[in-house]
Amino acid sequence: MMKSKAYFSDSKIPVQVNVDPDQNELIYQNDRYKKHDVTFNAPISGTVYGAALNFKDTLENYKHAFEQEPYKAPPEAPVMYIKPINTITAEKASIPLPNHESYLQTGPSLGVVFNETATQVTKEEAFNYIKGYTVINDLSIPHESVHRPAIKEKARDKFCPAGPWLIQADQINNPDDLDIYVYINGELKMSHSTSNLVRSIPQLIADITAFMTFYAGDTLIVGVPDNAPTAQAGDEVTVHVQEVGSLTNTITSES
Amino acid sequence: MKHAIVAAGGAVHQASATDDGRVQLPDGRTFTETEVTWLSPVEPRTIFALGLNYADHASELSFQAPKEPLAFLKGPNTLIGHNASTKRPEEVELMHYECELGVVIGKEAKDVAKENAYEYVKGYTVANDYAIRDYLENYYRPNLRVKNRDTCTPIGPWLVDRDDIKDPMNLSIRTQINGKTVQEGSTKDMIFDVSDLIAYFSSFMTLNENDIILTGTPKGTTGVHPGDEVITEIESIGSLRNYIASDQTFQKA
Repeated sequence: MMKSKAYFSDSKIPVQVNVDPDQNELIYQNDRYKKHDVTFNAPISGTVYGAALNFKDTLENYKHAFEQEPYKAPPEAPVMYIKPINTITAEKASIPLPNHESYLQTGPSLGVVFNETATQVTKEEAFNYIKGYTVINDLSIPHESVHRPAIKEKARDKFCPAGPWLIQADQINNPDDLDIYVYINGELKMSHSTSNLVRSIPQLIADITAFMTFYAGDTLIVGVPDNAPTAQAGDEVTVHVQEVGSLTNTITSES
Repeated sequence: MKHAIVAAGGAVHQASATDDGRVQLPDGRTFTETEVTWLSPVEPRTIFALGLNYADHASELSFQAPKEPLAFLKGPNTLIGHNASTKRPEEVELMHYECELGVVIGKEAKDVAKENAYEYVKGYTVANDYAIRDYLENYYRPNLRVKNRDTCTPIGPWLVDRDDIKDPMNLSIRTQINGKTVQEGSTKDMIFDVSDLIAYFSSFMTLNENDIILTGTPKGTTGVHPGDEVITEIESIGSLRNYIASDQTFQKA
């Protein structure tokens, strides 16, 4: 069992729970629960930043395109985006598929939550600034171009489910080597691993905090693999990150 | 009415402006502009910013005017108040100011029709959305390394109530460096105006109270250097002073 914080929907305060992330079970005050019998709020509250193009397969698949217009050269610095507050939602929440869209792109990822102000942090110190880890599904309307910020594609209401809980940082031995799975309606559609990140988690924190500050409670989405599966209205999507947990949401049509 | 958030007398206060330009706390104490520490007049959750939203600025940067708003988001780490210093990295060649009208949202907004957009506006402020062009790359451009740096978005000094500004789409905009005017324009030249932007964003996402939309800058952006005093001002809204600090002086300040 792993020490974790959970935000139950009937309480404003996080509670200490022990979870079995791979069996979807938790123990709260000596009672054992199945994850699907509990209603959670998202375990994150600050600003949510994401690192784009941080999986090796993305850079490999787009190697040629990134030499051409409009990109001209492969990215040097971390490419970042923000998932604003309206996007944050919890385990079990329904995600609206916008009218006139047929599919959503799933965005399986690990979310790193900060425990204190992190500015100009070195790679060696980076782990000292991590409070814990959660599962993120960074949803998008499918889009090819990464030339301009993808606000309309990525910043829609409820496009960033997070949870179900926040695993305490010291419970995870190596966050740079966790398997990531995506299931649609119970069927495995993608297997990946954080070992495939371009910038490892401490490297990413060092390179980002060189120019901006994370505050306590902010979240960093460490990267989304290329070609993550799509989902349509009615689908149940589960993102599972090894040792962290599995996050399940349903896609529903907006109208 | 004008509203500010200031630190004075050992605490943070909501403040207002007296008729003779002093800063007044709720308990009646008044201070001069330099006796208080100015913070951002709003604590936003989501900060939107617009690129290329003035036709003259778009052509200055060799871009065609966009067919749909070019928007990006900023974090709260970027904001500093009136009279504060912004850090300019030693190694950069071109860091420029961008004087912008900031629109503050007054209440939750989703699917707002253009003709109703002003019902969702709380007020207006001035922002200086600095950019460091050396760091531009062509991915999610302009990216956070250019636009989301600590201290690089001075804002304020005042939040001015919506109803005090008769026509927000006809206000003169001006930037001065060390007393010399370097940028002049008018909000009437925006490509997507305030009501367009509220209708646009709310068509696909929910806006919340105190969200800020920085509406873009007109032509005339030039470089700033350590030691510069940069004043960005918008008619009837306010005059926002900022200082450019080198890495070294910033760390000592």
